[in-house]
Amino acid sequence: MSTIVPFGPQHPVLPEPLHLKLVLEDEIVKEALPTLGYVHRGLETLASIRDMDQMVQIVERVCGICSCIHAHTYCMCVEGMMGIEVPQRADFLRIIWSELHRMHSHMLWLGLLADALGMESLFMHVWRLRERVMDVAEATAGNRVIISVNKIGGVRRNMSPDQLRWIVQVVDELETELDKIKSVLTNDYTVKKRTVGKGVLTYQQAYELGAAGPQLRGSGVAQDMRMTGYSAYKYIDFAPVVEKDGDSWARTMVRFRELYQSIDIVRQLIAKIPDGEIAVKVKGKPSGEIVCRSEQPRGELMYYVKASGDKYLDRVRIRTPTFANVPPLLAMLPGCEMADVPVIALSIDPCISCTER
Amino acid sequence: MAFETKNLTKNQLVGEVLALKNQGYRLVTMSCVDLGESFDLLYHFDRETQLVHLRLTLPKGEVAPSISGVYFAALLIENETRDHFGVIFDGLVLDFGGNFYLEEEVKKYPFCKVTVGKSETAGEGA
Repeated sequence: MSTIVPFGPQHPVLPEPLHLKLVLEDEIVKEALPTLGYVHRGLETLASIRDMDQMVQIVERVCGICSCIHAHTYCMCVEGMMGIEVPQRADFLRIIWSELHRMHSHMLWLGLLADALGMESLFMHVWRLRERVMDVAEATAGNRVIISVNKIGGVRRNMSPDQLRWIVQVVDELETELDKIKSVLTNDYTVKKRTVGKGVLTYQQAYELGAAGPQLRGSGVAQDMRMTGYSAYKYIDFAPVVEKDGDSWARTMVRFRELYQSIDIVRQLIAKIPDGEIAVKVKGKPSGEIVCRSEQPRGELMYYVKASGDKYLDRVRIRTPTFANVPPLLAMLPGCEMADVPVIALSIDPCISCTER
Repeated sequence: MAFETKNLTKNQLVGEVLALKNQGYRLVTMSCVDLGESFDLLYHFDRETQLVHLRLTLPKGEVAPSISGVYFAALLIENETRDHFGVIFDGLVLDFGGNFYLEEEVKKYPFCKVTVGKSETAGEGA
């Protein structure tokens, strides 16, 4: 006999209002159905009453944790339509801030995972490390979360040589601290027991269901939008972080290894950043259609923008990574035990604010 | 970044989408644009970071064929499009009936430029 159990939208493990109707037989999940709409704001439609510059601030508010990358991707769309060449230094600065965002997003998630597993000390330790990245954001941009550094044509803030040297020092220290918690994550009995073999998404499922980011790479698919070389990524050497098992453990390891990868990318960027202007003047209005993609901490972000030379854009369409990761989640849950659902759901790093916009 | 689209009719859409799936393309998403008398439905596909785009121009009031039978992930996108624009998809594998995000008391399609009221018989007979 089947029982339907509501999971969320308020749940101790999840800070986001994810709601699933779980169809159970005994303790085993047979089917999961999503219910969305708790934080839907209709942000895309604001393009019809806000001009292209105001839209930068609006898209930053799609998601606080990856606000910088939303604004960057939107700016790439408008700049692409208008044929604007962004100064090289601005491209480097955009990516430095983007990688700092990736780091604090992954550490936010890692802390939440530790909390979900009952490891309060690890949770507090990881979030304490995250504060170091937030300190860098505050010192360089003036804000800790929504840093508002991007604008059409470049960036609003520069970084001094002293600040760049300090950032290298901070990421060096973070690397040392991450080494210390590595053994806890990789060897701890509880972490393995709750994640290894749980919520398995095969390579084929991940590919066909359109999974994005660590959820895709955790299933063995080596796809990372940064490899397309947008902005300053074309000057950086790196390879996608891939794990093959497709379970919650694999997704955890992808994010943890990506922390080291981001540290390495930041070091490379700071070693190579050129001098020069940080923005160009923008004249006129965009016209045409364009699609731009980028890699957020949670995966591939896509913007479609259409404009016809008017004050307002005709359409801004945003495809966020968690939106793409919901169908794979629905495929991962059947066959799992009810008690594993919270950690499996958390393992996709869900951002419902992004999903619903 | 700029893109070219392949224009399709309703009858061609599902076959073309199936052909792309067989070639190893993944569905990235769909975009809907209100053109006044019609909608542009854009389908974005990816293979090894290369994008392909299909375009279906759908007169308002007509039903679009669902591609959720080919790509399961399309079910969320098509339900979202129905909420926002009122486009009804025939063959949708899990149909929230216009209440995917929005509550039943919402009587308008909020993303349409000229607001259209919801109708009990919307899309029928098309």
